[in-house]
This record gives sequence, structure tokens and C-alpha cells, in this order.
Amino acid sequence: MFTKFFYVLKDSGLPVSMNEWQTLLEALEAGMAGSSLTGFYYLCRSVLVKTEAHYDRFDMAFANYFSDIETPEGLPDKIWEWLDKELPDMQISDEMRRNHQKLDLDELKRMLEERLAEQNEEHHGGNRWIGTGGTSPFGHSGYHPGGIRIGGASRNLSAVKVAGQRRFQEFRTDETLGIRQFQVALRKLRQFTTRLDGARTELDLDSTINKTCDNAGRLELIWERPKENGIKVLLLMDAGGSMVSYSRLCNQLFTAVNRSNHFKDLKIFYFHNCIYDYLYHDPWCSLNNYTETDYVLNTYSADYRVIIVGDASMAPYELMRKGGIIEWGLYNDRPGIDWFKRIRQHFEYSVWLNPIPKNYWMWMEGAFTINKISEVFPMEELTIDGLQSAIDKLKSRQAIATSS
Amino acid sequence: MAKKYVDYRGSSDYIVSDELRNSVNIAIALQKPLLIKGEPGTGKTMLAQSIADSLEMNLIIWNIKSTTKAQEGLYVYDTVQRLYDSQFGDSNVADIKQYIKLGKLGEAFLADKPVVLLIDEIDKADLEFPNDLLWELDQMSFYIPETKETIEAKNRPIVIITSNAEKELPDAFLRRCIFHYIAFPDPEGMEKIIKVHHPKLEMKLLQQAMETFYMLRNISNIQKRPSTSELIDWLQALVVGGISPGRIRQELPFLGVLLKKNEDLDILLTQLNTKTQARNQNTRSSPFNRYR
Repeated sequence: MFTKFFYVLKDSGLPVSMNEWQTLLEALEAGMAGSSLTGFYYLCRSVLVKTEAHYDRFDMAFANYFSDIETPEGLPDKIWEWLDKELPDMQISDEMRRNHQKLDLDELKRMLEERLAEQNEEHHGGNRWIGTGGTSPFGHSGYHPGGIRIGGASRNLSAVKVAGQRRFQEFRTDETLGIRQFQVALRKLRQFTTRLDGARTELDLDSTINKTCDNAGRLELIWERPKENGIKVLLLMDAGGSMVSYSRLCNQLFTAVNRSNHFKDLKIFYFHNCIYDYLYHDPWCSLNNYTETDYVLNTYSADYRVIIVGDASMAPYELMRKGGIIEWGLYNDRPGIDWFKRIRQHFEYSVWLNPIPKNYWMWMEGAFTINKISEVFPMEELTIDGLQSAIDKLKSRQAIATSS
Repeated sequence: MAKKYVDYRGSSDYIVSDELRNSVNIAIALQKPLLIKGEPGTGKTMLAQSIADSLEMNLIIWNIKSTTKAQEGLYVYDTVQRLYDSQFGDSNVADIKQYIKLGKLGEAFLADKPVVLLIDEIDKADLEFPNDLLWELDQMSFYIPETKETIEAKNRPIVIITSNAEKELPDAFLRRCIFHYIAFPDPEGMEKIIKVHHPKLEMKLLQQAMETFYMLRNISNIQKRPSTSELIDWLQALVVGGISPGRIRQELPFLGVLLKKNEDLDILLTQLNTKTQARNQNTRSSPFNRYR
């Protein structure tokens, strides 16, 4: 009957499965929604939505689909006054429930208009007029399955209103979130290998059996070292002027990477707008505290996972021309784009994270350089979703997009 | 209502929101595990205790650590002990049963009365952990090949699972759960919670403390925001220390109870000192400052 809602949810990006839908129908059959839209809202949410990150999507889809049922606006003030009365809870008998067939929404709206025209005084506890309590379909705190709630202090808060509040907006995953979420995403970057040092804490069953047999049945236990993450990470961060607006976001990623103690090795370097001959050890790019980029390329093995964080936005000459470096007093023999290509060639597992939201890439000032660089590195936006797909890309060799 | 289910209504020492109570009852009625997420200190673990109290059931807690394997929850076959015993001939090694020790899930299945089973902090374990429990939680039974026995739940336990979102849980697992996210309580809800813990608290002290508490929580950049349990401890400290309500906001006594990280204390102090420049706060501690 409301199968369409299922597709509305799917269309809004909620991974609702048939199983869950089935469960919902069962629950409805068992009367778990308490025959109110609010009850239905909470039931749907707890059965269909499995992460707070999707609460907001659900709220929007719900509010959208059921928006017709919202309290009509523009009621005379007097009616609001009548409705502004508190009442004790009402007991609902089966008989009452039977008496109220679910009314059609259009029917309800028509009736409400009629009543509005006729009614000229307060009513509380009746079954026809707009007022509090009672069983009239209009008003609040009363009981009428499928009635229109008008005002009232949420004895049965309108579900559409609850949904409309979008209290869970901050949990969306396509929004940028805190350090913790970055850490969770980074945790997926791992590859187990046996460590050479460390305590032998795991029983090696096969060797134990062999040894015990060798001893003619006298038990001898063999222990081995547990497996450890063998992933090594090289983080290159743009500390240039245009990155200031994203500093908070980059700080969060930086802290998260730094705190991720599951990497076998983590090296961090900084650069200013574009990478040339030198990589710096501090975000101020001090000219006396650097490592040569060649040294990094020659020393670090190709299995380092390289994450470059930067807005990739610069003047085209900074990227394309010899001597394009932004620092006064320095000169580069190779254009920046060459350096990027060399890095990409050496480190096949590499991605570029861009704090600029993806849909601006084509329209920003730096669109040209963003485009050029994303031809070299797979580029993702710096959000949780972006980081996750970046990490997926780091797990396997990605073909270099184009080379020209 | 077709059928009357066991109805959880909250217990005297635990304030439960309508939403959460709904979710609990839905999970009980549909006989599905209830997955609870929420900020630390929002009472995820307490919920299980409260359900057990209110429904007068026993509570079995399975604390998950990073090394916990799903198998341990079912049973452990102590092969090493058996091997040792066989070497020295201490006991009857032919009887495998005595080397089978039931885990928490097994315990819950074999309990005579229905129990509440809390699987605490499921996200601590390996990524595959929840998947390994799918069948057992669905069917409420498992097979022990060593003894050729099938352990079946005498009574279906109410399963509560908590997660701190350290890891994403597998979809297949999520599909089988009822999910609820405990939002951080608003001031009104918080007052109710506090009254359960400190029933005789002076109104003025409470007001001042709450204002300060929510002020602290709203400071951006704080890494570990104070939670409910910290507020409760702090109030305790304020009462014991005999702090007059007027001093709370100015002096921020016993701040260490609320903010546990040095960085957070620093952030707070800088912000208090430079309230006028509050807008600069976001970039204050940033290494990218030079380029402003």
C-alpha cells in the first residue's frame, strides 16, 4: 500500500533491504506503530535505518513523502488559544477505535474547513469540534486515528514535524566530521603481515603437533607472533596560503592520521602549493628543514601508500612552467607537474584528497590545475565518504588516469 | 494491538526517552537484537541493566575486547588442558564434555529463565566479528562438533548490543538488528537524569552547573566533550566541595572532572581569555596560521 515509500527511501540513498521492509510490515501487522504517524515514524526509523549518519536522509525522505499530513497553517488565532489547554492522558477503548474509520485526507481537510466555518467557541473533550482531548479528528491530545493534529504540546508530536526538524543533520557522512570518523576510515587501511619483533602469543597449532609427534607424544607448545598491519603511509600536506580556509578540516585529518597507531610507518611532509625539489618537515616550509624529493623517491619503497592533501589550486604557471615556484629566491628546473608525475610513477598506491567540495572543482579559480593534477592522481574530496573511497583506491594499484 | 508483548517502561534509576523505549519494545516484540549507538556517557550500557531490572530478568554481560573471537561467546574447547591431562592421566580424557566451556552466548541460551544479554562494545572486536555471530543470533542455536551437541536457546534472550562506532559494522549484521542512536540529552532531559542521581540538589546550583556544562560542550574544537557521567561526577564534587552557585561560572572549580585532556583545557582557557576574538579561535591552534 505504501510500497512507494520504500522506493522513496531507496532513491534518497538509504540502503533499505527487502528483509528490513518485510520486518517493518510484520511489525505493522502486529500493531507496533500504535496507529499514529509518530509511532510509525519511530518504527520505520529503528527498523530501516541502521546508522545515525542516515537519520537525516530518512527524516527528509519521510517529511517529503508524508508532507501532506502536516498540520495546516494559517488557522485563526482563536483556535490556537482553544487548543492551548493541557489535558490528562486519555484512555482509549477498543470500541472507540472501532468507531473511527480512518478518514481520507481530502475528506479530513474538507471537514476541517467546514468546522472552521461553523465553530465559534472552545470545545474540549468532544467528538466533533476542534479542541483538545476527545475523539474529534481535529485538535490535539485527543484520539483519532488519522486525524489532523492542530498545535498542542506534542502529546503525540507530529511525526512529520519531528522528521522536519532534521535533528540528525550533523551526522551525515557526506558532511565533514571529526577526527574520530577519520580514524575509523583510516583503520580500513591495513594489510596483515607477520611482524619480526614482538611477543610470541599465538599458538602455532601445526608446529605444535609436529613437535609433539617428534617428542613421541610428549606435549610441546609452539607459539608464534601475531600478525600485524604492514601498511606504511606517506602523508604530503599542502600548507599553502589557500589552504588556510580548510585548516580545521586538515588538522582533523592530520590528527587522525597521527593517532592511527596501526600503521607500520608514517612519514609526513609539507609543501607549498606544489611539489618541487624539496619537501619540508614543518608546515611553515622552513627553508632549512627539508628533505629532497629525490631522496624520498629513491629511499621510500613503492609500497608506501601516499596520501596527498591539498586544494590543487594554484596559478597555472606554478604547475606547468620551469621556475614557477611561488617562493622568492628558489628556482625549479622541472615544472611541478613533472614532479607529480614522478611521484605517481614511483608510488603506485597514491591518492589526492582535496578539501574543496567536488562539485566546485570545475568552477573554482584553480579548475585548470585541479583538472591537470587529477589526471595524474585519483582525486577525492576530503569528506568521510571521499576518504573512504580514497582508501579503497589505496588498497590496489590504480591505473594512472592518463599521461600526457 | 494484536498481541500483548513484554513491555519495557524504564526503571527508577534510569531515565529513558520515549523514542528509546519504543525501540526497545520494538526489538523485544520482533525478537531482534537491538543495536545501540551514541556518544560515550549517554547510558548505552546502563540501558541493558535497566531493561533487566524492569523486566525482572538476569543480565548476562559479554564484554568485547579487540582480541575477542565470536567463537568464545559460544563455547571454548580447552584442547591444551585435555592434552596435558592425557599426558599425566589425571582425569577421564575420553569425556570431551568436561573440556567444553560455554561462553556468554551459550550461557544465555541455556538459562532457565529468559535473560537480557548485553554484548558490550561490539565495535572493539575484529571487523568480521559481527558476521560470525549472524547465524547464532538469528537461529538462537549453535552446534558443538566435538560433542555432537546442538545448544538451543531454551528461552530467546533479549539481546542488546552497544557500539561506539569505532568500526563500521557489516551490512548483513545491521540488516538483522533494530537500531537506535541515543542523542545527547537536551537540558530538560539532562535535568531529569541528574535528579535521579542527585535528588536533593539545590536548584540554583544545578542551573549554574548546567549552564556552564552546556557552554563547555558548545566550545568548538574540544576533542573530548564532557558527557553525562562527567557532569554527574562534577556535581558530586561541587556539592562535596561546598561551592556556592555564584562561583561556578567565574571560577570553574574542579574543571579536571569535566575536561580530561590538557589540550582541551588550553583551548578553553585561550577562549575565555580572548572572548572578543572568538572568531579567530578556529585557526588559533592551527599550524597553517602563518599564511593568514
